[in-house]
Amino acid sequence: MLKLTPFHDRHLAAGGRMVDFAGYDLPVQFHGIIPEHNRVRNTVGVFDVSHMGRIEVRGRDALAFINRVTTNDASKLAVYQAQYSVLCYPDGGIVDDLVVYRLPDCYFLVVNGANNEKDTAWLHEHLSGEVQMENITEVQAQLAIQGPKAEPAIQKVCSIPLTPVGFYWAAHCEVAGVKALVSRTGYTGEDGFEAYFPAASALRVWDAIFAAGKEFDIEPIGLGARDTLRMEMKMALYGNDIDKNTNPIEAGLSWVVALDKPEGFIGSDVLKRVEEEKPARRLVCTEMQDRSIARPHYPITVQGQLVGNVTSGTLSPSLNKGIALGYVKRQFAKAGTEVQIDIRGRTAAALIVKPPFYKHGSVRKGQSGKA
Amino acid sequence: MANFPSDLKYAKTHEWLKLDGDIATIGITDFAQGELSDIVYVEITAVGKTIKRDESIGTIEAVKAVSDLYSPVSGEVTEANEALKDSPASVNKDPYGAGWMAKIRVSDPTELANLLDAAAYAELAAKSAHH
Repeated sequence: MLKLTPFHDRHLAAGGRMVDFAGYDLPVQFHGIIPEHNRVRNTVGVFDVSHMGRIEVRGRDALAFINRVTTNDASKLAVYQAQYSVLCYPDGGIVDDLVVYRLPDCYFLVVNGANNEKDTAWLHEHLSGEVQMENITEVQAQLAIQGPKAEPAIQKVCSIPLTPVGFYWAAHCEVAGVKALVSRTGYTGEDGFEAYFPAASALRVWDAIFAAGKEFDIEPIGLGARDTLRMEMKMALYGNDIDKNTNPIEAGLSWVVALDKPEGFIGSDVLKRVEEEKPARRLVCTEMQDRSIARPHYPITVQGQLVGNVTSGTLSPSLNKGIALGYVKRQFAKAGTEVQIDIRGRTAAALIVKPPFYKHGSVRKGQSGKA
Repeated sequence: MANFPSDLKYAKTHEWLKLDGDIATIGITDFAQGELSDIVYVEITAVGKTIKRDESIGTIEAVKAVSDLYSPVSGEVTEANEALKDSPASVNKDPYGAGWMAKIRVSDPTELANLLDAAAYAELAAKSAHH
């Protein structure tokens, strides 16, 4: 049976077209992927991401445990800081990608909804020392408020000033009088926040955020636009661009793989070797040179030779052209390389380009203010 | 709610057809355009070709996915709607008018008997719809 998020009635009331996503009945779109995409790029939109898996880890050995199962170095996190990271299998394949928060009384992991059970089991299997783990997905709601007007919108209903909260930093505060954790994070390339709060108070927060954002034409945004927004930024999607058969080095995630961690981590031996020998293939950005749109699994060729496969593809609403992510053999991975993509039997020209596809996002990456 | 004009014939694969002499104009239904959403590219590959009923004569690219356009009748594809190259969104805005996709010279008019009328198609669409 499909699970419902606390916002389900709001989605139906807003005309959401509902689909099964990660076992939840979630809106794929409201009035159109393109206008919803543009809403986030231009002002502000709200995503119900309550289906994401949320896990608290505490205890004396919590840091050592997290550093053993994740690729990034969690020892570098200050209290209220967050980092993007990866869980790997011993062979370097990816269990999941996630965000790790260091909070005053625990570490807080946010994983993909579709992988919540798998990840929880994986983490349990590798528990060691004095560590307690609690999956709080069901009792908590999560919203992503994204876009250049996200801050002015939610500032109106937030009990603390948000400007000092830097990119990938968080703070405890009240949103519409409800205790919440708010972080400057997201999956769109725009400035914005994610808010975590008790499921029981979810509608109060939703209604307050929509009232506060009214002057910016705030709208709920479906999964369809979530996908096009992340693709324009070359943000990997588990199940498409990364999975157990890909490793974070070839996926371009070396920046979250701390091979210098003294104790190593699950998968570090293999990943060290991949890094030294250079991966055989790399995840690249390709732009179609005509009106074609590449889709997952389409073959990528160079002069008739198969050199890789598409993993994600769409029309980019911001660029108004076909864009795709895919793996190609390393020697073809350089920006500027001309490749061909087999579009259902027809060969279409594509160009490998530097990420991201969309270069005008409002995300405040440089800023590292403290909460 | 989706709109299904009563002067058209409908295929189970969500195309509509309007016959004028021996020329059938086809497109996709209001229900189909709503399901696909955000149509960005229509390509009719079979112009000039003789095709059989239920054969794919082109593709419809939406942001989210690609789907085939099937011909509800056998015949020769005589024309594609060139205006869709510049304004594919016409399919979303006006699926039975400016959003038409192709014209087919019908070779066997008796095939039209296999198609649904508006009421029968409306029932099918309601069953196919997401809850």
